[in-house]
Amino acid sequence: MSTVEVQEIAPFLTVENLVVEYPSKKFRAKPFRALTDINISIGQGETLGLVGESGSGKTTLGRAVLGLAPVAAGRITFEGRDISHATRKQRRSLSRDLQVVFQDPYTSLNPALEIGAILAEPLGVQGLEQTAARKRVKELLDQVGLPSDAIHRLPREFSGGQRQRVAIARALALSPKLIVCDEPVSALDLSTQARVLDLFLQIQKDTGVSYLFVSHDLDVVRHISHRVAVMYHGEIVEEGPADVVTLDPEHPYTQRLLLASPVPDPDRQEQRRADRHRLLDIQRHQNEQAGVSA
Amino acid sequence: MSDSVETAAVAAPAPSLHTGQSGTVVRSTVIRRLLRNPLGIIAITLLLAISLLAVLAPVLAPFQENYSNIAKTLAAPDSVNILGTDSAGRDVWSRLLFGAQLTLLSALLCAGVAIAIGLPAGLIAGYYAGKFEAVSNWVVSILMSLPGLIVLLTIRAAFGPSVWISMIAFGILISPSYFRLTRTAVQSVRNELYVDAARVSGLSDLSIIARHIFSVVRAPIIIQTAAIAGVAIAIQSGLEFLGLGDPTKATWGVMLSEGFKNVYLNPTLLFWPALAMALTIGGLVLLGNAIRDALEDGEKIKHRKKVALTKGTTAAPARAGQQRKSVTAVDLGTEHHLVKVTNLGVGYPQADGSVKKVVDDVSFHVDRGEILGIVGESGSGKSQTAFSILGLLPDNARIVAGSIQFDGNYTVAPGEDRVDQARLSRLRGKRISYIPQEPMSNLDPAFTIGYQLVTPMVRVLGIPKEEARKRALKLLADVGIANPERTFSAYPHEVSGGMAQRVLIAGAISCEPDLVIADEPTTALDVTVQADVLDLLRELQQRLNIGVILVTHNFGVVADLCDRVAVMQNGRLVEEGPVRDILRNPKEQYTRTLLASMLEGKTPMSMLVSSQKEPVA
Repeated sequence: MSTVEVQEIAPFLTVENLVVEYPSKKFRAKPFRALTDINISIGQGETLGLVGESGSGKTTLGRAVLGLAPVAAGRITFEGRDISHATRKQRRSLSRDLQVVFQDPYTSLNPALEIGAILAEPLGVQGLEQTAARKRVKELLDQVGLPSDAIHRLPREFSGGQRQRVAIARALALSPKLIVCDEPVSALDLSTQARVLDLFLQIQKDTGVSYLFVSHDLDVVRHISHRVAVMYHGEIVEEGPADVVTLDPEHPYTQRLLLASPVPDPDRQEQRRADRHRLLDIQRHQNEQAGVSA
Repeated sequence: MSDSVETAAVAAPAPSLHTGQSGTVVRSTVIRRLLRNPLGIIAITLLLAISLLAVLAPVLAPFQENYSNIAKTLAAPDSVNILGTDSAGRDVWSRLLFGAQLTLLSALLCAGVAIAIGLPAGLIAGYYAGKFEAVSNWVVSILMSLPGLIVLLTIRAAFGPSVWISMIAFGILISPSYFRLTRTAVQSVRNELYVDAARVSGLSDLSIIARHIFSVVRAPIIIQTAAIAGVAIAIQSGLEFLGLGDPTKATWGVMLSEGFKNVYLNPTLLFWPALAMALTIGGLVLLGNAIRDALEDGEKIKHRKKVALTKGTTAAPARAGQQRKSVTAVDLGTEHHLVKVTNLGVGYPQADGSVKKVVDDVSFHVDRGEILGIVGESGSGKSQTAFSILGLLPDNARIVAGSIQFDGNYTVAPGEDRVDQARLSRLRGKRISYIPQEPMSNLDPAFTIGYQLVTPMVRVLGIPKEEARKRALKLLADVGIANPERTFSAYPHEVSGGMAQRVLIAGAISCEPDLVIADEPTTALDVTVQADVLDLLRELQQRLNIGVILVTHNFGVVADLCDRVAVMQNGRLVEEGPVRDILRNPKEQYTRTLLASMLEGKTPMSMLVSSQKEPVA
């Protein structure tokens, strides 16, 4: 956060010392700590990429911002308001500015509702009347590149990529300022992923929306983010400008992550594989030394 | 599926994926399906007719329910009393009509009470869980442990012989069935992402339950109500048959009791109420079944398809059987290939007699010590191709063209329309093995990892258990598991996904196969774990000199492992060749498009496919 670039953009979402704990199912057992002392901030029109392996807490952080995960300590501030324990009523007004696109386009749309009804839902909550809502739904379908006759279709009539477009349209319905994107492309095919990423970039260009972009794929995060934070075991271990973190990382875990992702060329991949083994050896050596000195 | 394919699906008036109407709301199609089902129509007509008779009872009945003509008891049917009279000279037909009123209403009351208690309680318990659920579970358990008939008898003793009171009591007693049904249904959708999305949209809990949750329980509730109403009629009539009913009211149960008393004098008195009850309860049961069938229509069509298919192709297997004996030798000069797939076509016969091809004219071969990558997007037929080599295609799949040979022998000879399981079961597990995509769902949670490794070895290799155990431990060490003993005795849920995949790889090589088919073996794993598993696969493949078919969508994985690549699109082989040629100089446009979608080496924040006009927009 010390870079000049970041200071130019005044953060409008800040997360300070956030701790998220899930109560344990077992009687009197210690709660499970999913996030420890998280500090992040996102500015207007900025994308913060959040990368990490499964179980690292990256999804939980997104859910905590959305009010879907129990905040045990710390503060989440959105436009100066503390939203870490927002009530449902406050959430309703927040939903105008804060939206979500989930990973799985198959379960994030109610299979029994038509696309039109799904898209009109957030509009109805905000008290938009029906004709205005219909008009907005048409606009939204156009914006995400779906035909307007999609309104009367059910989700199951669409492919994964198209469903994800519907989910994006729903998130855009209220022209939010921040969209939490929870692995929005990881269930999609490669060429579909490319198109959906293009859509995210285009929307940001057009509307100036900010993204908290959660992904396990360093390549995806590098492509779409201004800044990148790396999570490991519920903590942020590295944060900085996207190109620095994703091309020349400092933290051992990020280094491992970078070299683990295979490249589509046999010879360069062989090189990367060798680099990775060398890195693993060095890190193992360092760990052993640290163990000896400790 | 690429967006160009998506466009085609959207542009078409009715999506080709669904044979039924494109459908608006689920409920309307369910009703339409219900009306198309003869049983449904019979049930609905029957129940409507009975209800209509009940409603119109005051008009239709020639006499009051308790009007008795003492001069004419136990009379046979005549023009005045069309069904005769009972022992008090009351008109049976009139009593039957008025009885229908009371019987149906009391059944409705019972179901209504049960729903009014069970449904909201189930919704709240399912949605919020927590204390309410715990408490209501207690109450439900108590209610369910009460002996229903005894409670009803007690209530009758306390409150008198009112039909209404006993049905309210029975409604309360039976409400747990609604509670459990609702709670389970709600629990299954409570954590769906669309419910989360609704929460983020700021919907109140009430609207979420009404819009997103209630639709899930609606259908089961209707089915349950049909059943419960039938049970209520039976229970109520049973009580009255025992003589515990209100003798001043005409109900079918009271009439049944009356008929039984006079069974030797006029047996038809027993017959009419029994018939009315049988028709009503039967109608309710049929209705419930028809609704369930309407909801599960998709599945039913599949069954029908299967039946039609076996009928249509009875001649084909016989022909294939003859060929099997004559065609055993493969083409000369190809027997050195470990696997050779020639012009393979795989299809699924449809209800209308056509065949939907999912693999079309695919040819490739794999030699010993070679890794062939099959790349493609979802729906390209790459997994179907792999499964046809393994002989693990679904039952209704057909080999519509081509042949597959393994180590110089046909597993699917030309002209055969199914994979010969007898031939393949000798190879599968022993010479051809399989590494699946989802490691966790491919280990049985009920058995230890050791057991799942040892059993196939004992069965396939015929070695004693102790030796198999030694081998399993060595295999676990070979696949890079630090503490083989501990993993051996662990259950699948006790190990991580990467570890589980190592275990499955150990299982795949345990019987020393010649060919391993790996279907997206690293897709479900973290990137760092993926790199380790790829290292393991490479090391094992080189050491054991086995042939590998690697199905994947990731060109990075291909570059890491494969010697040759085959690119598939829409069931066809687009391009095949050495890995360097395909990845560096792809000849086909599709391969180029796929490679262009890779993010590696792209300028961040640049449009990836903007040069190609967005087809959907």
